[in-house]
Amino acid sequence: MTNTRSSTTVNVPDYPNGSGAAAMLAAGIGSFLVALFALIADKSPAVKSLMIFYRPTGPLSGVTTCAIVAWLLVWFILDRRWSGKTVAVGRLRTAAFALLILAVLLTFPPIADLF
Amino acid sequence: MEITFRSLWTLVHGMGFGALYLMACSGALVELYRRYSPDAKAIEVADERFLGRYLIVMAVLAWLTVLTGTYIIYPWYRAVPPPGTVDLTAFPQRLLLSDPATSSWHSIGMEWKEHVAWIVPIATTMAAVIFARRIRLCLDLASMCSDRRILRRHDQQARTRRR
Repeated sequence: MTNTRSSTTVNVPDYPNGSGAAAMLAAGIGSFLVALFALIADKSPAVKSLMIFYRPTGPLSGVTTCAIVAWLLVWFILDRRWSGKTVAVGRLRTAAFALLILAVLLTFPPIADLF
Repeated sequence: MEITFRSLWTLVHGMGFGALYLMACSGALVELYRRYSPDAKAIEVADERFLGRYLIVMAVLAWLTVLTGTYIIYPWYRAVPPPGTVDLTAFPQRLLLSDPATSSWHSIGMEWKEHVAWIVPIATTMAAVIFARRIRLCLDLASMCSDRRILRRHDQQARTRRR
């Protein structure tokens, strides 16, 4: 929300960005974990069978459930640590985007098959 | 025109939730341009609230899409045919893999889609929550600023709620 042009000078307080940064980084981590768990389940038959939470869906049910639970847990922890604080959001944003791009690449079968 | 039970759910997943989400992405892009283009006008409180609700609906659509896809459609897709089955039309995954000309639709198409799609609700939920918190902060900020237009509108809305 932008301020309109005002003739008086206003001292706008710095609002903490910790919660927003926590949400961004957690989303990047969660996305990456979807790809990582999928890769591990694909390579390890033991993990694959452990990941069958709902048999008709197969290992995908466990891979996605574990990734979502881990995402929410990471988000909760980071939000508790950074809420009300100002953090280096630029670096965290870069890290979140890098994790997102890695996640998209690692879920791409020709790249996942390289491991 | 006949639609089977499985076709109906596939339509709900793909053309209902999925397509609605994709169209909502277009609206979100237009709104981003409207806000951040060089000659963008100041944003009203009502606009902020509308976009906040818009993002929440997008997140809900994304979750509905992946959940119906993973737990309703996908089991039908990956169903294993009984031994000796010749007609694989009821077993899409096996049908695709039975012919080298179509196997890539599974090994690249479906294998990628079933995982990468889960990134969407994660990212959309993140955006919706960040924006919802931003609205709350902006209202606090407006009460501390000398932006009379934002204050006046906020006051009008508060009076309307009290009636």
